[in-house]
Amino acid sequence: MTLDARTPSGPIDKAWEKTLFDMKLVNPANKRKHTILVIGSGLAGASAAASLGELGYNVRCFCFQDSPRRAHSIAAQGGINAAKNYQNDGDSVYRLFYDTVKGGDFRSREANVYRLAENSVKIIDQCVAQGVPFAREYGGSLANRSFGGALVSRTFYARGQTGQQLLLGAYQALERQIHAGKIKMFPRTEILDIIVIDGQARGLVTRNLITGDLSVHMGDAVVMATGGYGNVYYLSTNAKGSNATAIWRAYKRGALFANPCYTQIHPTCIPVSGDYQSKLTLMSESLRNDGRIWVPKAKGDKRPPNQIPPEDRDYYLERRYPAFGNLVPRDVASRNAKNVCDEGRGVGETGLGVYLDFKDAISRLGEQTIRERYGNLFDMYQRITDEDPYKVPMRIYPAIHYTMGGLWVDYYLQSTIPGLFVAGEANFSDHGANRLGASALMQGLSDGYFIIPYTVGDYLAKAKPAKVDESHPAVREAVVGVQQNIARLLSIKGKRTVDSFHRELGKIVWEYCGMSRTAQGLEKAIVEIRALREEFWQNVTVPGSGNDINQSLEKAGRVADFFELAELMCIDARQRNESCGGHFREEYQTAEGEAQRDDEHYSYVAAWGYTGPDSAPALNKEPLEFEYVHPSQRSYK
Amino acid sequence: MKLKLKIWRQRNSSDKGKFASYAVENVNPEMSMLECLDVLNETLIERGEEPVAFEHDCREGICGSCGFMINGVAHGPERATTVCQLTMRHFKDGQELVLEPWRARAFPPLKDLVVDRRSFDRIIEAGGYVSVSTGNAPDGNTIPIGKDTADHAMDAAACIGCGACVAACPNASSALFTGAKISHLGLLPQGQIEQDQRALNMVAQMNIEGFGNCTNIGECTGACPKEIPLEVIATMNRDYRRASSKSHKNHVRSVRPMTEWSNGSKLDIDPHATS
Repeated sequence: MTLDARTPSGPIDKAWEKTLFDMKLVNPANKRKHTILVIGSGLAGASAAASLGELGYNVRCFCFQDSPRRAHSIAAQGGINAAKNYQNDGDSVYRLFYDTVKGGDFRSREANVYRLAENSVKIIDQCVAQGVPFAREYGGSLANRSFGGALVSRTFYARGQTGQQLLLGAYQALERQIHAGKIKMFPRTEILDIIVIDGQARGLVTRNLITGDLSVHMGDAVVMATGGYGNVYYLSTNAKGSNATAIWRAYKRGALFANPCYTQIHPTCIPVSGDYQSKLTLMSESLRNDGRIWVPKAKGDKRPPNQIPPEDRDYYLERRYPAFGNLVPRDVASRNAKNVCDEGRGVGETGLGVYLDFKDAISRLGEQTIRERYGNLFDMYQRITDEDPYKVPMRIYPAIHYTMGGLWVDYYLQSTIPGLFVAGEANFSDHGANRLGASALMQGLSDGYFIIPYTVGDYLAKAKPAKVDESHPAVREAVVGVQQNIARLLSIKGKRTVDSFHRELGKIVWEYCGMSRTAQGLEKAIVEIRALREEFWQNVTVPGSGNDINQSLEKAGRVADFFELAELMCIDARQRNESCGGHFREEYQTAEGEAQRDDEHYSYVAAWGYTGPDSAPALNKEPLEFEYVHPSQRSYK
Repeated sequence: MKLKLKIWRQRNSSDKGKFASYAVENVNPEMSMLECLDVLNETLIERGEEPVAFEHDCREGICGSCGFMINGVAHGPERATTVCQLTMRHFKDGQELVLEPWRARAFPPLKDLVVDRRSFDRIIEAGGYVSVSTGNAPDGNTIPIGKDTADHAMDAAACIGCGACVAACPNASSALFTGAKISHLGLLPQGQIEQDQRALNMVAQMNIEGFGNCTNIGECTGACPKEIPLEVIATMNRDYRRASSKSHKNHVRSVRPMTEWSNGSKLDIDPHATS
C-alpha cells in the first residue's frame, strides 16, 4: 500500500494557508444536512465537536464518562506551549517547530509540526476569550514559564490545573452548542465498532453503559478523539477508563496503526507502593524547574536524605547534561533515573525512586515562592505519601504517560479509511518518537479547533457521501459481531478476574517494551502475550449480565483489545532496529549511553495494517523527509 | 489492617436497595479508598458475586468522577481530598466504614454507589459559558486582567463537578457548584457581557432540576475537595438579584431535565445468528 500523506508542496510557512485555500467548501445551507460523529470529549473531541457545531453541522458526540467534562485531558497539570514570544526571549513559530521536530528525535512529519506551531498562538487567544483563567503577571499580562526541554518561556498555565481549565473551556463551548441544538451528547456510551460502507466510515455501533442497549449511529464522517493507549501497561498515569477500543476496532476495519512502539515515560511520578496499586500519579514536570534530582553516590546508602552530605550526592542530570541539567527532555530524564536505580542507587523502600529536592530552591527563593508555584502539587504529594516535601525531598520514578503512536493520518488528519478522521493523542502525527512537555494540550486543541473543522468540510464537499441507512448489510454484520463478542466474554465463566489478566499483561509490556527494549526481550514478550491472551479467552470471569451497569464487562472488552495492541507494540519495537526518542533499544546506543538513531534505514513512519486474526500485520512505510530541520544527534549536554 | 465495609447495594434505579457488610482483610494503610474497594471487588468476583459499582476515572483527584459518603461525610474525613486520594492510613484497624451514594433528588441513583449527575451538565448548558465561537478571539494580551482577579477566578474555576457539595447540603442545594461557575466567568471581562443572563438561566435551571435552596449552612464548602469558597454563593445571589431587577429585557431559557438515556437506532438482531 502506498501511503499518500497529502503533504502540501512549496514553502513550509505557507503550506497550511495554501491548503486552506485549496479546500472545497460546503455551502452553509447544506452543512446542517451532514451528521458528524465525534468520539471522545477531551480537548480534541470537545473542541472539534463544538467548532463543527458552530459551523452548522449536526454533531453527535460520545463519551464513556458520565459527563464530557471528565475526559482525561483534565489531568494535565503543567501547561500549554505557544510561540507568542511574550517574554521577548527569542521565541518564534519557527523555533517551536524546530524544538518539536528535534524533541521528537526526527521521527515526525515536518509540515504537520509546522502547522501545530502556527496554530499554537491562536489557541491561547481562543482560550482566553472563553474565560480560561490563565496565570497573569501583576500588570495583567499572561504569565509564562519554561517547561521540560525548552530554553524559552513559552508555556502558559492555569495553576497546576491547565488541562482542567482548557477542557472546561472546550466543554463549555460544547455545552453551548448542545443548548443550541447543534450537538447531541451521548455520555456513558462506549464505541464497540465502526461501520465502513463502500470504503467510507459511515457509522458506529455503541453500547449504553447504563442499560447495556446496543445501538447504531449513522453519519457522513467520523472523528475519533479517544486519547492514547498507555493503559496497555495497566499501571500508567492515564485514567482508569482510558482505552484503545475505538481506534483498535478502526484498525481492524482497515485504518493503519502508526508507530505503536513510541510510548512516553514521564520522569516525575510518585513511586509504586504495593501490589494493589491501581494507577500512578503524575507530578507535573514543572517541578523540575526548581527541584534538583539526585541519588546517593554509593550503592545501598540507606541514610535519610537530609543526612546525606552534598559530597555524597550525585546530581546525575546536572553532571551529565550541564547545559540542560534537570530540564532535559522526558525520555532522557526517565532513562537516566532507570539507570541509576539499576545500579542499585535508587531510593525509597523499593529502591525504585530518585530524589527531587527543593531545599536549594527554598533557601534561594523562600518557602512562600515555592508554595505559590507548586503548592497544590506539594499538597497532593503529601496527601498520598504522608511526607512533607518542604522538609524532605520528594521521591519520584518514571511511569507511562503518553503514547506518540496512534492511527496513521495524512496532513488532513484523515486515516486510511476515507471519512475517518483522528485527532489528539489518538493519532500519531506531531510528536515523532518523543513528545515535549506542554505539547499535548497544544496538539489536542490545534487538531480540534483549527484543523478538523476545515478538513472534514473539505472531505464532505469532495467525497459527497451517498445516503445510507441502518438497513445496509454492513450495519447488521457489525452489530452481530459486537453482540457475539459480549456474549462470549460473559459465557467463559473462568476463574481469573479481568484485572488480574490486565495486571499481568502490563508487567510483560513494561518489562520488555517499556523504558528500554531488546530484540530478544521483545520476542519473548510476544510469546508471553499470546499465551496470556489465550488463557484470557479460556479462563476470564465476567460476572453479571450485559443488560445493566457492568463495569467488569466494560473492562473485559477493553483488556481484550489491549492484548492485541500490546503484541503489535512489541512487533513494531522489534522491527525498529534503532533507538529514537521514547523507543530505546539497548543494542543501539552511543558510547555515552544515549539513543543512537539510524536515519539511513529507519527514517520512516511504520504504519501497520490488519490482515486477519491469525496472520502477521503488514508493514507500510511512509518515508520522512527533512527539508528544514536537519537530523542530528540530539544533544542536551 | 482490617476493615468492615457496610456498603449500599442497589441493583438499579427501580430497586429499593439495602446495606450489605463485607470484611476486608489485608488493607494496606498506603492504599486509597478506591483501591480498597478494588481489593474487595476482586474477592467478590472470585466468589462469583457482583462487584460493588462505583464511579472513578483519573484517580488523581481532578476528574470529579468519584465520590460517595463515608460515615455520613462526603468524600470521607480528610479535608480537600476526594475518595481516590484518601489513603487508608486515616482509618483505624478494625473500624467500620459506611459507604453510601450521594443522596439528592437531582442525582437519581443508578447502581450501588453510582448516581446520575447530568443535572450539573444541564446547569452549565443553560449558560455556564462565554458565547464566543472558534476563530473570534483577539490576541490574548489585548485585555489585561489583574493577577488578583485572575487568581480569584481560578479559585472558583477549580470546581471539579463531583457533587459533594450537594450531597453534604441538608437541602441538597447546588448553589456552590452554580455559584462557582457564575463567579469564575463573572470575574473576567470576557464573561461579564453575559453576566445577567447567565445568572438568570443557571439559577432557573438549578431550580427546575429539583436541587434545594441555599440556607447558608456552609456544609458544601467544608466538603468541597477543591475548597471552593462560600463567597461564590453570595456572588451568585448578587448577580441574580441585579439581573432580576432589569428582567424586562431578559428571557430565561432553561433545559428540559430528563432521566432516560439516549440511544441511536436499535436493530432487532439475534446475537447468535451467523450472518
